[in-house]
Parts: sequence; structure tokens; C-alpha cells
Amino acid sequence: MLLFVVSIATFAIFFLVPRLAGMSADDLASRYVGKAANAQVIHDTAIRLGFNDPVIVQYGRFVKGIFVGVDRNYGPGVEHCPAPCLGYSYVSQNPVLPDILNRLPITLSMALGAAVVWVIFGVATGVVSALRRGSFFDRLSMGIALAGVSLPIFFTGIVSLAIFRDQLGLVGDVADWVPFSEDPLTWANNLILPWVTLAFLYAAGYARLTRAGMLETMSEDYIRTARAKGLAERAVVLKHGLRATLTPVLTMFGLDLGLLLGGAVLTESTFSLPGIGKYAVDAISNNDLPQVMGVTLIAAAFIILANLIVDMLYAVVDPRVRLA
Amino acid sequence: MTEPQTQPATQTATRTARQGEPLLSVRDMEKHFPVTQGLFKRQVGAVKAVDGISFDVYKGETLGLVGESGCGKSTTGRLVTRLLEPTGGQVMFEGRDITHMSQGRLRPLRRDMQMIFQDPYSSLNPRHTVGAIVGAPFRIQGVQTDNGVKKAVQDLLELVGLNPEHYNRYPHEFSGGQRQRIGIARTLALKPKLIIADEPVSALDVSIQAQVVNLLEDLQNELDLTYVVIAHDLSVVRHISDRVAVMYLGKIVEIADRKSLYATPMHPYTNALLSAVPVPDPRGRAGRERIRLTGDVPSPLNPPPACRFHTRCWKAQEICKKVEPPLAELAGGHRVACHFPENAPGSPDTPAAGKDEPVTA
Amino acid sequence: MSPFLDVKDLKIHFPTDDGLVKSVDGVTFSLERGKTLGIVGESGSGKSVTSLGILGLHKGRGANISGEIWLDGEELVGASQEHVRGLRGKKMAMIFQDPLSAMHPFYTVGDQIIEAYRIHNKVSKAVAKKHAIDMLGRVGIPEPGRRVDSYPHEFSGGMRQRAMIAMALSCDPELLIADEPTTALDVTVQAQILDLMRDLQREFDSALIIITHDLGVVAELSDDILVMYGGKCIEFGSADDIFYRPEHPYTWGLLGSMPRLDREPTERLLPIKGSPPSLINVPPGCAFHPRCPYAERTGDKARTEAPALAETEGGHLVRCHMAPAERRALWENEIKPVLETP
Ligand SMILES: Nc1ncnc2c1ncn2[C@@H]1O[C@H](COP(=O)(O)OP(=O)(O)OP(=O)(O)O)[C@@H](O)[C@H]1O
Ligand SMILES: Nc1ncnc2c1ncn2[C@@H]1O[C@H](COP(=O)(O)OP(=O)(O)OP(=O)(O)O)[C@@H](O)[C@H]1O
Ligand code: SF4
Ligand code: SF4
Ligand SMILES: [Mg+2]
Ligand SMILES: [Mg+2]
Repeated sequence: MLLFVVSIATFAIFFLVPRLAGMSADDLASRYVGKAANAQVIHDTAIRLGFNDPVIVQYGRFVKGIFVGVDRNYGPGVEHCPAPCLGYSYVSQNPVLPDILNRLPITLSMALGAAVVWVIFGVATGVVSALRRGSFFDRLSMGIALAGVSLPIFFTGIVSLAIFRDQLGLVGDVADWVPFSEDPLTWANNLILPWVTLAFLYAAGYARLTRAGMLETMSEDYIRTARAKGLAERAVVLKHGLRATLTPVLTMFGLDLGLLLGGAVLTESTFSLPGIGKYAVDAISNNDLPQVMGVTLIAAAFIILANLIVDMLYAVVDPRVRLA
Repeated sequence: MTEPQTQPATQTATRTARQGEPLLSVRDMEKHFPVTQGLFKRQVGAVKAVDGISFDVYKGETLGLVGESGCGKSTTGRLVTRLLEPTGGQVMFEGRDITHMSQGRLRPLRRDMQMIFQDPYSSLNPRHTVGAIVGAPFRIQGVQTDNGVKKAVQDLLELVGLNPEHYNRYPHEFSGGQRQRIGIARTLALKPKLIIADEPVSALDVSIQAQVVNLLEDLQNELDLTYVVIAHDLSVVRHISDRVAVMYLGKIVEIADRKSLYATPMHPYTNALLSAVPVPDPRGRAGRERIRLTGDVPSPLNPPPACRFHTRCWKAQEICKKVEPPLAELAGGHRVACHFPENAPGSPDTPAAGKDEPVTA
Repeated sequence: MSPFLDVKDLKIHFPTDDGLVKSVDGVTFSLERGKTLGIVGESGSGKSVTSLGILGLHKGRGANISGEIWLDGEELVGASQEHVRGLRGKKMAMIFQDPLSAMHPFYTVGDQIIEAYRIHNKVSKAVAKKHAIDMLGRVGIPEPGRRVDSYPHEFSGGMRQRAMIAMALSCDPELLIADEPTTALDVTVQAQILDLMRDLQREFDSALIIITHDLGVVAELSDDILVMYGGKCIEFGSADDIFYRPEHPYTWGLLGSMPRLDREPTERLLPIKGSPPSLINVPPGCAFHPRCPYAERTGDKARTEAPALAETEGGHLVRCHMAPAERRALWENEIKPVLETP
């Protein structure tokens, strides 16, 4: 349902916007065949690729590609692009999807790794801050948290690269991607910098959210009940307090993870990681519409997927949601 | 259920006894809140918050409305003041049908019908001074006052027992009872004829409760007001009302003069309610026999068919599950909806003289 | 032999930015096993703070606590936090006002009872669950075997309060404190819960403290009654003392404020004038003097000197400067006749 909306939107942006901007079907086709080709060749290509078809037909083809695959007439012959087909790059003529999927592990490693770090640090800091409200730890960590949310990733990223990689040589070069399956240690060593930098940015928000949530939860009646049972304070905090605080944290986590996976552009550029973000940047700078569309759709899918998972987890965490 | 229902002939007698036309007259009033589900808000059912009730309120009297939580008391109050629009039936105010009147045409009538709310803390805007709050009705309705709004407001504050010099103070500087007085002063600003008070004292401490109850009574005598007082506290309702209506799950099950309702309650539910009220008399507790209902009030989403009380009633028979008992007048001005009423005149039951008597075993 | 629970001049003060809040400022009472004490007073008079204080829940939270709490021969004000925690839930347990907010929304009713049981009993989860089902059955929850896995929001208000009671009683406490256990409930359900508490108390033979602002509820259950005003115990005595021979002007005021179903309706209620005192700037002398109709009778003393809690006869304690004989004469000749005539 949501993907349908996204696919229409994606399609509208990347097929209609050029038209509105005054690009003709021929202008589009010229991206496929190169500027050197003559007008007739370009015109034929436009017809062959269906750029002159009514919008609804083109959309139908785009969707058909995604669900059942399409045949592409590339001139000398016809090639079948199996479902889900997101089209072909103008520049490399490669199908878009496999390229994106190849880069997926990089982006996933970066985002998920960072997520683990920031959730653990953020939530733990928030809990301790809430329990020791007004203490030195509370003020210090909330000060750092404020810095964390207000400093942009490219700033902290570049500074940390300069210090830890260039000056101290402590960590590997991020751009040297090594899959986890090959060498987990190098994998982690190469990624630790983006993880920590990202975690710094995100953990700050989690610490503040957790702190606020814990302050509220710990004054709830059921916390008093737990204490009245004679439960040890540690169990009161972790089992009763934190449990109830996690719901908003979970929501934020879903949104953040989805956005991070879908919008890895800034982070990956900062650390020159060859992930999906880098792919998107390249696609845009080459004006490679099918690539841009593909990457947008995948990014949107991530965001939606993350939200779906959060909704499902919500029901696990909060039994009151299950009724609805 | 929109077609007007003919009144039982016996009602005419009570009506003439109360001189003239009722100020407020409600017939078969209904409010069903739709329950929707899913993305497309498909209606899957309805909360029958108020499900066909009829009553009259006469000038100068106080009608008490009692019942347990969720039985539709507040909804009734909001319907007759047209803060909500009924989904069926008819509401007449001073002989005019206001059931579906537009908000624009209602505006002049709003001066005559005012509502007092339960929570003295949230019903006053914390950022407005007392003067602004109490004076707001004058400004909204564009009413001219003899010596200016300020004088009028100060008179009102004095009337409800507040210091007129508190004109420029803010609500948070007042205690709960004082805030309720501010709310009452605001209500009185436009000299309403009818005041609907929804749990006016439930949020207050006993000692303060008594102050506000007395104030409401004094104002009624002084200004010739008519009240509908909604409350769940049966003692407060008895103290303040002339007539009392008992609601259960969106229906009026019994309505009578205060005296006959409390002395000879006929509906089993009323008997159970009265018997459940704790009595501040430690010596009497041992000998008292009580009716104990089991279970809770069923959901108004799926009310039991026919007599809605049959799931908890100890007198229930087959007929109670099949035929809905009509609200019939069994004694002068005493109407009951039950197939097997207690204390009915001419019935073998000996009338219970009060709730200290064993009403049932 | 000393009483099972003996509270002597308990004071609980909270330092706040606005000043020292004297929430509890001199509370004295005692209670035996199998007996019920009712604590009444207006909102903010310190009832809940007193009860949480007995459970030791103010310990280590910045409150200044003084006085003595003797439970079964053991002093609790000076005892360590950890020691009192071990007694909570086992030797003394508590039921709270709003059973919806007092139960954790994310755990099943069963889990919460199991937890309470397993804190103090080293048993397996399965054994604890059996116990939980058994407890739910005893407080009158139908089909306890099935309902044990329900969440609090799936229960009605009355069932939730029953579940709360089951949880509080799960370790067979010797002292049970119920803080407004029925205030959030409808009258018919309130009556069920009060019956249940009466029956269970007999069965468990525990000492029960019931806190409420409803004099009717107190009268239904209590053997002894403590009346609180502005953080202080102003009158303590048997239920008969408080209802038939009250001696404090505030208690008279409470009785006059209350419309009663068991008597012919009075023409007017007799409220107490003014409003409850601030706990930060407690009126000097007798805290009740700004509202007391008899303040002049005690002259300047009412404003300058705090009256002591003194015994009039047979364990009946009153905090008022008036001479006992004068108070009794006032009650018999002026107050009682007005309260009882319609
Ligand atoms: N806007 C609404 N939408 C849906 N249901 C509603 C709405 N307002 C009230 N209800 C339902 O209608 C029923 C009657 O509500 P109402 O507030 O009139 O009860 P009440 O008698 O005033 O109860 P209480 O004593 O708790 O105030 C309840 O079940 C309530 O949940
Ligand atoms: N932790 C605290 N810090 C500061 N003040 C407190 C604290 N706990 C309670 N108080 C204050 O102590 C006073 C007594 O509160 P308490 O809850 O005992 O009243 P209560 O008699 O139980 O009233 P109610 O009938 O409203 O429950 C109140 O004024 C309250 O604001
Ligand atoms: S009609 Fe039947 S079920 Fe209903 S109240 Fe009367 S006796 Fe009970
Ligand atoms: S000491 Fe004086 S002011 Fe206080 S209660 Fe007694 S008579 Fe009233
Ligand atoms: Mg209501
Ligand atoms: Mg309290």
C-alpha cells in the first residue's frame, strides 16, 4: 500500500519533472545514446524506450518491471530484465537493482553497527542521568548530548577522521571495505569510526529521550507499587521503569534507522564508504535517472520496512496496542 | 426511534401539579457514538451512551441524575445543552424544539442554559484573570451592563462568596472550592434560567463540598434557578434534588420525587445502589442487610437486550431477557422500568421505610 | 505487651524550593493484629505520606523523618533501607487508590503477582503461578486460571482492585495498608471490595489500615479512627468515640459537612468555613484556628501555642486547648442536636 504510493511518487518525480522542466522525450533519449548520436538515432531510441508513450503506460511498464519484469529492446536485440526490475543505468547500461544490492551490506553494516552502539550508550546514559537528576554526571552528559545533536555529521566525521586515522593511525581506512564474512576484525576496525561518529550524533537524542521518559515513568504509580512489593531498586528501575520508557525510544529508533539506511548519503560521503549513499550521489551527479529512481525506491522501502518492524515490535512491547 | 412517543395519561396529572409547561422537556433522546475501525473508518458498531430517555424539568426545581460511571449522565447533560447533537428524539427548551438547531441560532439560547463542570482545575483557563474568566460571557454575548463589566463581575464574585478584590488574580492562586465558585460565577453571569451541573462537587473535599452545595441552594432561592444536577453520590443528590432520575446503561430506570425514591425505591437497581452506600454509623453496620450486586456494569457497546439490568438483577425472570419493561408510572409521579418492581403500591411487598430496613435478603 | 504497630510522633518533612513541606507533623496511633484503623482527613492532610512512611518508602529520598514506628517489636525509622525493603511486601503490604495506574501496563496481572510472591519466596515460576491463580480465585476473580494471563487494561475497575488486593496479600502480610482502595470505583463495586477486604482480614487475621476521605467507608470497617488535619493527628479514638463522642471541632465540622442517607435530610449542611491550610506556612498555634468556630474560647492560645495531643479518656486522644468537659458539653448541647434534627 505505502510502497504503491512511493512508487507513484518516485515515478512522478523522475519521469514528469524532466518534462515539466522542458526536457523532451528526445532529450531524455539522448542520455542513453550519448550526445554524439544524430537526431534520428535519438528519436528512434526515444520511441524504442517508450518515452513518447502516455504517462499511464510508462507507469504501467515501471510497475510491471518491479513485479513481473520487462523486456528491454536495446537496439541490437531484446534483453529480459527479471522482476523486480528497476530499469537500466543510462551511463553504465547495467541493471540498477543488482548494483544497489551489491552495496547493501556496506550500508547495512554501517547503519546497524552504529545503531547498536548508540542505543546502548544513549539509553544507558539516559537512565543514569534520570536517576541522578541534577548530579555532575547528569549535567555533563546532557551537555555532551546537546553538542551531539547540534554538530553535523560531516563536521564530527571529518574531525574524527583527521584525529584517529590521519594523526593517530588507530583505525583503518574506511573506504577499504572488507566484508564481515572475510575478516570480521578488519571489517569492524574499518567501520568503527563511522559507527562512533554516527552513534555520537544519535545517542545524544536517545539519552535525552530516555532521560525524559525515565523521569516521567519513575514517578508513575506502578513504580511505587513495585517498591511497595519490596522489589530491589535495580529491578524497579530496569524491569519496571525502563520497560515502560522503551516505547517512545523504539519509535524513534525505527524512524532513525530507516532514515539512516535510506539517507546514508552524507555519512557515506564523509567517510567515502562505497555504499548505497555513494551510489546515490554518483547517480545524481551523472543525471542517471533510472539509478536515482531505483535508489529512491529502495530508500523508501527501507524507511517503510523499518516502520513496519517498529509497529510490530510495538505490539510486543506494549500489550495495550495489541487490542487495536 | 425519532417518532414522538405519546405520553402516558397519568403524566398530565404531575405536570399540572407543577404549574405549567416544563422548562426543559426531553423525549426519547438518543446519542449513539459510532465506533469505527480500520483505515477507511468503517462503522462497526455504536456506543449507545444515551438510548431513548424522556424527562421533564420544571421551573424552579432541581432534578438529580444519578448512576454509575459510564451510564450516560454527562452525555445527557451535553445533549440537553446542545454541546452534542442528539442522534434521535427531541429536546424542547421553553417550548422550542432545539434538537437540531444550528449553533448560530442556539447562541441566544446559550444565555439561558449554562453548564458547570466537574473539574475546577482544568475548566478555567490558567492564563486569564478571574475578572477575564467571569466577564467572558458578557463579552462573548455582547451584553450591556449597567455599571460596566468590572462592577458586574465583582457583584458576581461577591454573590458566590469570593472577595471582589480577587478580580485580578489567576486561578492557580485559588483552592479547589474557590475555583468551583469562580466557575459558578461565570455560569451565573448571564442570568441563566437552567443550569446543568455535571458532578459539581465530586472533586472537592467534604468540608468544601458542603460549602458549594449550600451555595448552589442559596443561589437557586435567590435567583429562581432551575438545576439539573448530575452526580454519582446518592447522598449529595438526595440533599440537593427535588426529583431524582436513576440511569443505568443509557436508560432512565426510575424517576420520582426525592422522598418517594429514597423511601420506597422500586427498581431493583435503585435498591442495590442505595444499599451499597456506606453509612457513617459504626453501630448500625452489624445489623444492616445489604443487596450485593455481582460483577460490573456491562459495556454500552453491547448492552444486554430487553431489561439491561437483567445480567445483575436478583429478581430477573425469563421475561426480563425478552421484553423491555416500559418506564411506567406506578405511584404519583413515580415512574419505574421494571417487570417486578419492589415496594410497588398494592404489591405484597411491604414498603421499606428507609435504607436501614432490610430491603431484601 | 506493646501493640503490634505503634507509631509515635511521626514527622515526615520534605525540603523543597518553596520551603519545608511538613506533610506529616506529629502522628501517633497504635494498632493490634486483626484490627482495622481508619485514617480520615481532607486532601493534602498527609494520609498517603504517613502510609508510605510506614512502608519506609520515603527513606533515602531526601525526606526528613523523625519519630518512631514500631512494628512487631522492631523499630523502623532507624532501620536500614535494605532491612525495611525485606519487610515490604512480606510483613507489610499496600493497596493503592487507582488500580489502573498502580499496575504496570506491560505485564500481565499474573506476572505481577508472581513477581511479588517470588521476591520473598524462593519458589519456581510454576509454583508461583499456581499461587497467583489461587490468590485471584480467593479475591473473587471468575476463571482465575484464564484471567491470570490478562493484562490490567483487560480488567474492569473492580477486577483490577481485586487483583491489586490479591497481589498485596500474596505473601500473607501481617499489616495491610489500603490507601483510598475504593475511591476510583462505583458504589456497587465499592461495596463488593469493602466486603472482600472485611472477609479477607478476618481470614488472614492481619492488621488493616484503611485511608479514605469518606466517613462512611471508615465507619463500615474501622475499629479505631485517626483524624488528620494539616499533617497532624488531631483526634484518635475508637469508631464509637469518633462518631458518637467526637471532641475536636474539626471532626464536628466533618460530620456536619456530610449529607447522610441514614437520617432525614437536614435543611442545610454545616460546612467548615475557609480552606485547608498550606503545609509550608502552617498557621501558628492550633493549625485549625483560622477555620475554628470556637477559636475565641481558647483566647490567644489558639494563635500562639500549639495544643498537644492529650488523652481524654480510655485511649481517646484529642489535640485542642479546650478543656475536655467543655468540649463534651459543646458536643452534647450544641453540635449533636443540630446534626440530628432535620
Ligand atoms: N465522544 C464519545 N465517543 C464515543 N463514546 C463516548 C463519547 N463520549 C462518551 N462516550 C461513551 O458513552 C458512555 C457514557 O459516557 P458518559 O460520559 O455520559 O458517562 P457518565 O455517566 O457521565 O460517566 P461518569 O460518571 O464516568 O462521568 C461511556 O461508555 C463513554 O465511553
Ligand atoms: N515527595 C514530596 N515532596 C514534597 N511534598 C510532598 C511530597 N509528597 C507529598 N507531599 C505533600 O505532602 C502533602 C500531603 O500529601 P498526601 O499525599 O499525604 O495527602 P493525602 O492526605 O493523601 O491527600 P489525598 O486525599 O489528596 O490523597 C501534600 O501537600 C503533598 O503535596
Ligand atoms: S425487569 Fe426484570 S431484570 Fe429488569 S430490573 Fe426488573 S426484575 Fe430485574
Ligand atoms: S485549639 Fe482552639 S482553635 Fe484549635 S481546635 Fe481547639 S478550639 Fe479550635
Ligand atoms: Mg460524567
Ligand atoms: Mg492520598
